[in-house]
Order: sequence, then C-alpha cells, then structure tokens
Amino acid sequence: MSVGVAAIERAGLDRLAFSRVLGWLGVGLGVLAFWLALPPVTARSPVVPLIVGGIGVAAGLWALRAGAGRLAWGAIAAGVLGIGLGWLATRSGVAELDQVWIWSALIAATLRAATPLTFAALGGIFSERAGVVNIGLEGMLLMGAFFGFLGADKLGSWEYGIVCGVVAGASLALVHAFVSIQLRADQIISGFAVNFLAAGITGYMFIEVYTDQGTPGDVPIIPSISVPWIKDMSFLGPAIGDMNVLIWVALLFVLLTHVTLFRTWIGLRLRSVGEHPRAADTVGISVYAVRYVAVVLSGALAGLGGVYLSNGITHSFNENLSAGRGFIALAAVIFGRWRPFGAFVACLIFGFSEALALRLPGAYGENAAWTTLFRALPYVVTLVVVAGVVGRSTPPAADGRPYVKQ
Amino acid sequence: MTDGPTVEQPDGAPEPESLSAAERLARWQQAGGVVAPVITAVLAFLVGGLVVLATGSNPLVVYKGIWNGAGLEWFYRVGSHEVGLPLTDATVWFPWDTGSAAAENLQQTLLLTSTLILTGLAVAFAFRCGLFNIGGQGQYFVGAYFAIWIGSSFAGMNSFVHIVFVMVVAALAGAAWAGIAGILKATVGAHEVISTIMLNWIAYYIGLYLFGQGGPLQNDLQPFSPTSNAVVEGARLPVFWGDPLLQGLHVGLFVALAALVSFWVIINRTTLGYEVRAVGFNPEAARYGGISVARNYFLAMAIAGVFAGLAGAVDMLGWRFSIGFSDIQSSTIGFVGIAVALLGRNTALGVGLAALVFGALVNGTASRNIPPEAFEIPEQAGNLSLTIQALVLLFIGADLVILYLWAKTGQKLHVGRSSPL
Repeated sequence: MSVGVAAIERAGLDRLAFSRVLGWLGVGLGVLAFWLALPPVTARSPVVPLIVGGIGVAAGLWALRAGAGRLAWGAIAAGVLGIGLGWLATRSGVAELDQVWIWSALIAATLRAATPLTFAALGGIFSERAGVVNIGLEGMLLMGAFFGFLGADKLGSWEYGIVCGVVAGASLALVHAFVSIQLRADQIISGFAVNFLAAGITGYMFIEVYTDQGTPGDVPIIPSISVPWIKDMSFLGPAIGDMNVLIWVALLFVLLTHVTLFRTWIGLRLRSVGEHPRAADTVGISVYAVRYVAVVLSGALAGLGGVYLSNGITHSFNENLSAGRGFIALAAVIFGRWRPFGAFVACLIFGFSEALALRLPGAYGENAAWTTLFRALPYVVTLVVVAGVVGRSTPPAADGRPYVKQ
Repeated sequence: MTDGPTVEQPDGAPEPESLSAAERLARWQQAGGVVAPVITAVLAFLVGGLVVLATGSNPLVVYKGIWNGAGLEWFYRVGSHEVGLPLTDATVWFPWDTGSAAAENLQQTLLLTSTLILTGLAVAFAFRCGLFNIGGQGQYFVGAYFAIWIGSSFAGMNSFVHIVFVMVVAALAGAAWAGIAGILKATVGAHEVISTIMLNWIAYYIGLYLFGQGGPLQNDLQPFSPTSNAVVEGARLPVFWGDPLLQGLHVGLFVALAALVSFWVIINRTTLGYEVRAVGFNPEAARYGGISVARNYFLAMAIAGVFAGLAGAVDMLGWRFSIGFSDIQSSTIGFVGIAVALLGRNTALGVGLAALVFGALVNGTASRNIPPEAFEIPEQAGNLSLTIQALVLLFIGADLVILYLWAKTGQKLHVGRSSPL
C-alpha cells in the first residue's frame, strides 16, 4: 500500500488530502452497502453489503495508515454500520421493505421532521457563536409550540400564531440572556432552568385554557405551497412538490444564516464576541448587547420551529410536545461544527431517523419493539461525533464563559 | 470603635477592621453558604406564590395544600398508634399519629427524598470535580433496568443476598453508563454535558425497547401490556414504617443516608476526594501538582453513576416493583437531582436538606395529594412545582449576585477581588 501512496505522492497529491479522499470514499461505501440492500435495488444476498461495506472498511484502514486519523475511524464505523444494517435489510421481507422505503415519502417526512430541528439549531448557532451556550432551546421550542398554537386558535389566523410563538420563544430567551449575561450565572444552569420554566408555564396554561379536553381540531394551520411544475413530476412531486411554507423558510434561513455569519460585518462582530470578547470590547463592540441580541434571536428561531411543530405538523398541542427536539438541535449544532450548512445536514440525518422510526411500526407491526431502537440511533451517532471520530468539534473559544466588563 | 478590641455590631456582624482578610473570607463564605440557599428557596416560593396569585388562585391555600400533601402536618399532629415494624405486630407508644393520611403522605415524601438524595449526590459528586453531570436521569434508568431484570429473576434466592446482588449490579451499571461520559471527557475532551444528554436519550429508548411490546424484558404474563415483570417478593426492600401495600417507607432511606455519609467521607477524608476537589478547583494546577486529571474525571463520573444507579435500584426494589412505558416517559427524578445538588451547594448536608425540600415539593404537588379547594384541576399543582424548580435554579444561578448584594448591604465586607467566587 505504501507503494501506492508513494506513487500518488509523486503524482503531486498531498498525502493528507489523499487519505481524506480515501476516508470519504470509505464513508460513501458504507452508506452504499446499506443502500444496495434497500428498494429499488433490493439486493437479497447478504454478500452484497458485506463486500461493499468490506471495501469501505478497507478504505478506512488504508486511510488510517495514510494518516487520516479520525476520518478513517469514521469510514471504518460507516463500513461496519453499512454491513450490519444491510444484513438486517436482507433478512427482512421484501414486502415490508417496499412498504417502508418509499423514497419520495421518506424524503418528505425527513424534511418535515428536520424543520423544527433546523430552526432551533440555527438559533443555537447564533447563541453559541456569540459565546452563550443555549441548553434552553428545548424550552424555547416548547414555548413557541404552545403559544403559536394558542395564538392561531384565539386570534384566528396562522400568521398571528407565528408571531405569538416567536415572541414567546424570544421572551424565554430573554430570561436566559438576563440571568446568564447580566447576572453572569452558569449558562448551563440558567438554560436548564428555563427548560423547567417552559414546561411549567406551557403545562399550566395548556390545562388552564384547554382543560383536559385537548386542543380543538379547527385551528388554522400553516398552509403548504404547491409548486406548479414540480408537483406533477414522478419522484420530486410527492417529495418536495407540496411542502409547508415554513420548510421553505427554513431552507432560506440556513442560507441567510450562513451569509450573515460569514459574509457580513454583523456576523464578524458576533463571532468576535464569541471567540475573544475582551478583544471585541476593546475595539468598541458592546459584548453584552451582541450577546443579548444573539440569545433573543436564538429564542425567536427556536420559537418558530416550535410553531411549525404544533401548527405545521401535529395540528394540536400536548404537554411536552417538543419531546427532546431542542436537545437534538443542540447536538446538530455540534455535529455541524457550529456552521449552518453542517447543522442542516445533521438535522436531515436526525430527521431521516425520526421519519424512518415512524414508518417502521406500520410495516413490521406494533409488536416489533426493535423499531424503537432506531430512534436512539441519532443520539448514538452524536455521541460518536462528540467523541471526535468524525473530525474534532471545536466550539467558539469563549463559548459558555460569562463576560465581565472592565 | 477605633481602639477597642473586637466589637460586635448589634446585628452580629463583626467589626471589619478586626479580622484578617482570610478570616473575613472564611466567615463570608460560611455565612453565604447557609444564607444563599435559604434566600434562594424563599424567593422561589415567593415568586411561585405570585404566579399562583396571577392565575387567580389563593397562594396561601395552595401552599397549605402542598404542605399537607407532603405530610408535613404530621409533625404537629399528636396521636398514638402502632409502628409497623416488619415481622412483628408490636405496638410502640409514640407521641405522634402514625396511621393517618398525614403519616402516609410523609412516608411518600421520604421515599422521594431517598431517591433524590441519591440522584442529587450523583450531580454533586461530579460537580466537585468540575463536571456537570446532566446524565443522572440516564444513569438512574440503567440502574433501574438492571434492578428490574435481576430483581424479577432468581425467585428462590436468599432475600438479603438477592437485594445486595441487585444493588451492586445496578450501581455498577450506573457507573459504567456515566463512565462512558467520563472516559470521553478524559481521553478526547468531549464535553460531558453533551455526552450525558445523549446517554440520557439512549437509555430512554433502550428502556422503551426492553419493556415495550415484544421487547426482551416485557411482561411474560401480559403480552399486550408495555411493562416489565414485577420484582419478586424476596428482592423487595423491607418496609419499616407504614403499610407495605401502600408504599410505606422502606429501608432504602438508610441506603441514601449511608450514601450521604460515604459522599462526605470520600470528599473530605480521602486522597481521592482531595484529588477530585483539586481538579474541580483548577485542573491545570492539579495537573501541575502531579494529579492525573483524566483519571479523576473518569472516577468522578463513575462514582456519580454509582449513586444514580443505586437510586434506580432503591426505587425499583422499594416501591415501584416494575417499570413500564409511562413510567419511563414521565420520569424526571434525575433532573430534579440537579436542582437538589445546586440548592444543596454540592455538600453532603446540603444535598440531604435540599432533597427533603424537593421531595416535599414534588410529593405535595402530586395530583392525588392536592385538595380540591387549591386547584380546580389537580394536575396544575405539578406544573406549579416545575415552575418553582425553575425559579430555584434561576436564583441559584444568580446567587452570586444575591451574595454580592448581601455582603454589600449587610456586612460591608470588600472581599470581591480576593474571593475565588
């Protein structure tokens, strides 16, 4: 193998770049090993995923020798996972596979599940890029979900619902901002506290307003947009032809966040406050003001995600509707290395896993308890990512540290 | 007052000039150590009362309902009843009433207190090493799963051996679960907050898998009920006060108290505790002093996991006896443990007292204990309890400010610059 490496080095390819190419090749082969066992290919022999995944593992091992380190381990993990999942798929019946793996429906469900996560994750990026850890995303999502629903119900239009949800999320964020920026409390304690606060407030008001009857079914919901020429296409039509307004908004916001953070003076100031607040202060940037704006913005975004959750997906509200999505969004921020597009990819992966977990019981029956384990998969993947297998995650330098003015 | 020796002020505050800086600091911290949590708790309940007032209920009625629901009225109820010692039907003269609803409520408060002491210690121990263990809930789950699995097997085993066996395995399981976060922190520097949150959710879904319909540990007799088998009679913890059938107080309380003592001994009287605290104060300085930071990160998390795993075992063997879907979905005892540790300032005594406060709050706001005149819909009390917990956490977060104001207005001590806070 070292001969091959030497040859490629002679060919002018940097050794590290080569090992990275190998590593990504291994990751790709791992995914391919699983994909081949699924419809429409539906390879029925376990040898197929074994060989493809095996080549992926080999590529990972080679990359490891060539010095790719963490990425190489990621490739090996992807290869092993591809073999395992592919083997499981070959053991399952074709009818069940065909029922679950309708790709266009899966893509649509993935985008639906990923949207609340994306809004909250973008919020988390703003907050953490400015140096404030936001564990309270979960609570802000919940506030948005309840007050978005309440607003749409009592004021009679989904637009008012969005306004109410965004304001509610931002208000909770303001509490977090005041306690963690102004009073310099531990940001994790403060974030955790606002989660409790949101659970208490929304639970209390939910019962106060809707008693134990549950929410009414005639609340104005957020509409979808039919795209004329995509709608009638065979594959893209059911996948993205008829998507909710807020899914489009989420896609737009990912782009906007990227541009704002990395292409404007606003983003430069925000990031400088998160990396080196003292230096930012010295050149005349108000650290507190920037952090306040960032945290409140993160609450507004998480609130918007919450509105989509209640008014766009479930069309109802229940206590603790957010069910841990704020924490997944937090994981997506880290997975995506504090970058909007990275976090969005992470949200898609998590959303895909949720979509899959929702479809599995339909095909395999309620008694298949193992389908529940698929819901744990995003958390395992995040744990692996946090462990640094797929590239080291380095947070903004001043993330989590209160700033004391001098 | 210029030339006199130590002159005490009327309010007990010492003359500032008569104390050295170190003495002043010690006194300030000591006083702050007691005062801040008390102020925190009182403020939280006051603001909670305002919330109740804002929603149109009478806070006094509500708080009295919570007080009685927690069984705290027991302490001023005089009566005479038998003490339900296990294996005997002896009646012991007792100045207080022991068979009433108040006694039953108090027993349940103390049941919760036992668990909260253990989940609180799980957070507090890691805190002393500078780690924020949010994973108490997941470690509790893992301990509970193993407790249920082993507790519902081995029906013929000697009772004492069985209980000890379950406790040891549950503690080790909790330690292993927390140890994953510890190892990740020690080796690759993964932030323990993120990894423990992930481990919580993984433990949660593993539980739904194990005890869900068709899961490997699901009930043998009721295939359509998503719940576990029941813990066998021999593995259940003996009840020493109250009716075993009505969730009387079991010996798990003594396990929790023993854990409190162990915590104090380990932290204050052992090399391990010294190293853990040193790493918690300043990891760089500890490393320079020859202490292995990585080793202590791992050990601190593992020991924290032992406490949380024990909490799961005590709950399962003590009064729950089985675990189901809804139990897993509604369990928050590990998260309340965070509030317990923070209010108790991560000390043994503090955690014990804070666990009592939160045990009373949680039990007093359980919907079955709330009198109808306090809330129209009893579930509201649980939400009030959540709000109060949030306020406690927020005020604890801000207690630096409370301390600062207190020091500035009451003591006129200018230690801000030299204080390690």
